[in-house]
Amino acid sequence: MRAAGIAGAAVALIAALFFPWYLAQDGVLTALREIPGWWREADFAPAVLQASSQGRWWLWPAVLAPLAALIAGVAPLPRRARATGFLVAGGAGLALLVVQGLAIGVQGWAWPGLESVFGVLDDRQYGIGWGGSLVAMGLALTASAGLAGRGAFRGDAFTAGCATAIGIGVLLFTFLPLAALLGDAFRDAGGALSPLAAVTRLADDRLWGLGCLAGGPRCGVVWNTLLVATLVGFGTTVLGLAFALLVTRGRLGVALAKPLRWLTVLPIVTPPFILGLGLILIFGRSGVVSQLAADWFGLELGRWIYGLPGILLAQLFAFTPIAFLVLIGVVEGLSPTLEEAASMLRASPEKIFRTVTLPLLMPGLANAFLLGFIESIADFGNAVVLGGSFNVLATEIFFAVVGAQADPGRAATLSLVLLLIACLVFVIQQRLTGGRKSFVSIGGKGDGGLPPALPPRLRRLCLGLALPWAGLTIGLYVLAVSGAFVEIWGRDNTPTLRHLAKAFDFEWTQGLQLTGLAWNSVLTTLELAAIAAPITAGFGILAAWLFSRAKFAGRGLLEFATLLSFAVPGTVIGVAYLRAFNLPPLELAGTGAIIVVCFIFRNLPVGLRSGMAAMAQIDRSLDEASSTLGGNGLDAFRRVLMPLLRPAIIAGLTYAFVRAMTTISAVIFLVTAETELATVFIVNRVINGDYGLAIAVAVVLIVLMLAVLGLAQLAVGRRRIGRRAAIPLSTEPGAAA
Amino acid sequence: MTRAADIRFEHVVKRFGAATAVRDVSFHIPAGELCTLLGPSGCGKTTILRMVAGLEYPTEGRVLIGGRDVSTLPPAERDVSMVFQSYALFPHMTVLENVSYGLAVSGKPKRAAAEAARAALASVGLAGFDARLPSELSGGQQQRVAVARALVLEPSVLLFDEPLSNLDARLRRHMREEIRELQQRLGVTALYVTHDQSEALAISDRIIVMNNAVIAQEGTPSSLYQAPRSAFVAGFIGDANRLPARLRRIDADQAEVTLGRAVLRLPHYGRADGDVELALRPEAVRLTTEDDPEAALTGSVAKAAYLGGTMEYTLATEAGEIFVTAPSAAGQHAPGQRLGIALAGHGIAVLAE
Repeated sequence: MRAAGIAGAAVALIAALFFPWYLAQDGVLTALREIPGWWREADFAPAVLQASSQGRWWLWPAVLAPLAALIAGVAPLPRRARATGFLVAGGAGLALLVVQGLAIGVQGWAWPGLESVFGVLDDRQYGIGWGGSLVAMGLALTASAGLAGRGAFRGDAFTAGCATAIGIGVLLFTFLPLAALLGDAFRDAGGALSPLAAVTRLADDRLWGLGCLAGGPRCGVVWNTLLVATLVGFGTTVLGLAFALLVTRGRLGVALAKPLRWLTVLPIVTPPFILGLGLILIFGRSGVVSQLAADWFGLELGRWIYGLPGILLAQLFAFTPIAFLVLIGVVEGLSPTLEEAASMLRASPEKIFRTVTLPLLMPGLANAFLLGFIESIADFGNAVVLGGSFNVLATEIFFAVVGAQADPGRAATLSLVLLLIACLVFVIQQRLTGGRKSFVSIGGKGDGGLPPALPPRLRRLCLGLALPWAGLTIGLYVLAVSGAFVEIWGRDNTPTLRHLAKAFDFEWTQGLQLTGLAWNSVLTTLELAAIAAPITAGFGILAAWLFSRAKFAGRGLLEFATLLSFAVPGTVIGVAYLRAFNLPPLELAGTGAIIVVCFIFRNLPVGLRSGMAAMAQIDRSLDEASSTLGGNGLDAFRRVLMPLLRPAIIAGLTYAFVRAMTTISAVIFLVTAETELATVFIVNRVINGDYGLAIAVAVVLIVLMLAVLGLAQLAVGRRRIGRRAAIPLSTEPGAAA
Repeated sequence: MTRAADIRFEHVVKRFGAATAVRDVSFHIPAGELCTLLGPSGCGKTTILRMVAGLEYPTEGRVLIGGRDVSTLPPAERDVSMVFQSYALFPHMTVLENVSYGLAVSGKPKRAAAEAARAALASVGLAGFDARLPSELSGGQQQRVAVARALVLEPSVLLFDEPLSNLDARLRRHMREEIRELQQRLGVTALYVTHDQSEALAISDRIIVMNNAVIAQEGTPSSLYQAPRSAFVAGFIGDANRLPARLRRIDADQAEVTLGRAVLRLPHYGRADGDVELALRPEAVRLTTEDDPEAALTGSVAKAAYLGGTMEYTLATEAGEIFVTAPSAAGQHAPGQRLGIALAGHGIAVLAE
């Protein structure tokens, strides 16, 4: 408690003394390099100089609160008094800073009433920068340490700090923007408050119509969304399970298992639109298959790919790997002892699978289904490319925002519906897997045993599912990728490197000159994703620990809030961010920071979910042993859980990075000319019909991300818990020599 | 080397939602004693242990260790170690890393921690197993590692949560002797949860018998055995016959109790005059002839079993069926034989409930 409080206060104090308080428009490093004496400038001075020599007296709390907390930390006080000191100094300091940030904006006083109290203010302030954010974070940490010291969070400062960080983060970067956006649902087109508007929009037949069942042209967009999501959730779970079982227990031999593993990873590293684009290149009107069908059989396949089949296919390709990643962790974590026990009880392999393995996998399966379902209702890229006249909620919202009849109120209403569906799914999932049933597989007892091979019939079934799917995936990629190396797909199939050169050309004149069109966006993407990924993974695993192991009041609420951000489709988050963060004190619009924040809070729940799935398999008595041996929350987390969770952590890290590299729906609203991302670059090429260039950039991205995944794989190594490894029966002759 | 501390519970209540796991429990364990919490599963004994450890906090009441109120202190801030039922050895750490864990997290230098850990391992007879992983040890060895890991911190209170339940019977007897010896040698206060009554009798200074979230009875092993207060305690610790008798108080705590032809002087434990039940231990009788004037009851042998050193008989008497044991050297009786049953003067008590 004391260490955490002092650390928070020290960070805050250092930030207040040395870091520029306000946001530097061109990036803080540029400003510090290029402005001599920056600390004397009104725009860049740290809090202490702002308050003392720039006349911004309202920033004194930024200096004094950390100082007070530091004194409380160092002074010889009893535990409770020190905790109170931390809480008061941190809490009050933070509160004062929030109040001043809200009260004084770009035009001076934000509320007219304040002028009569404090007099005319001949000053204004912009969004906070490094100084402001670090002071706020430090004070929050100190306050949480104080709370812990006073008995909250079972007295554990680590728990308190985590809960506070996640709580504040989710509040600021998920709820605040959503609240701003949902406010629009209750305004009419002119912006005036009108609760009736929401009711009218909700009752719209375009949402709930069942026309298609009666032979009409289309059903309501809500039904469409639910249908697609259910099919995709089910399909991805089945496919993911088949792959996971084959890879872990299929006895496939290295020659087949390794490529299968990689194949399932491919769709994850694929930028959006590309799967849809690939499907069009194959099944579209001038696609390979359609043309072959027409040439050989005289069949006119037409536009069948546009609509439900296309969306379904593309989403299955896109989200099966997510299910696979979730399920492989669960399958690998199953204790073979239980299955061995069942086999000793004379159960046949098939019976064991049905009565032991499958029930043990249930939480993982439910989790995978949930993920597929939610990914599907939030997916916008594939739906917009392949949807045709088949609309789902995500695309409806997009068109309500940017379409010809832009209607923020309608967009807000639709996202409200989407949120409610997501909440419902979440509740169902909780019921299904609830906290009561825990299937602990990594016990505190040493664990022997060998995972059983799949029963033959099941193995054939899995192969029957996985192999055609793998073939389809390969075909899709080969054909889509070859689009980057021909002049114009379908019309002029001359091989060329023209597109690649256009994107990634460089010269050696006076050093390296990157003249290709895509360099800027690709490098920006890499930088921002690399910043966001460790933070996302770290946050995710901390949150997973917090929600599955720590006990404190309000845990369920916080968990629910964190997961919600995942259910909100990217388009909504993008627009909401733009609405919420274009004014001080959090004036992030236009910076790289808003993109990083968006990456973090969009991808956090994925790391959280996989972390929780992994953690559910580690016996709680291990944590308890750590705490009875004198370890605090941090020790249990760092020394016991982290090593056991290493595969989950690396997976989370990789996935956060890759998702950041490939996301489009949210960030398309947030990028600027300086912070253009590779995906946005690709989409713009697609919109211009420049498929070759788009795919060329996408191919390079895919190769890049594969390299990253390969490195991650090397870093993981194997889990060291001394399970017996399968020893091949026949050793190769010569291997011994 | 350790300063043993006493443990005190003051009106502790623990509720999980609507269920009450521990209902208004108070007790005191003097420093340096080994106290066993004994009871059937679900009686609240493990919850009590976990409240001493700090893994659960009481809903009401106070927990004191060494006179300090620790009711809501986290485990790390209590001077307590615990041996888990599942051992809870960290599967990714070697034996040495497991044992030095507690020292490492409290910031002891690595070399010193390893040295202390080796010493602790040697004290449980596992010198030289440093580099093994828990999965490479047998059950008994894992158990010793768990004990060493708890001991190395030199706690003032040592907690055992059914530590022997995963071992086979022979090893269990051996390990319980080792644990008792270790506890005596270190002089540490120990709280030990078990549902095995012979284990409890063998190692305890004091036993707290739990039933349905409350303390059924507490005392030394022999007092619990000799004078169970309730049918539950009588039946849970050892075998007991329940016999109807008549009670008449003669002073503040003694009464005259009539059982068959015999009249005994026994403590009345608050029972009023009238019909009561007695608990009679199977070995607290002397089998004699039917017409022996000392025989309290008479009956015929219904079943007889030869167990080597002892005989087990089931006798049909006027007070119902009675189960008794007798040394086989004293002669054997065949089924159908009529016998007199004289009381040995111990192992009989009035049941207060």
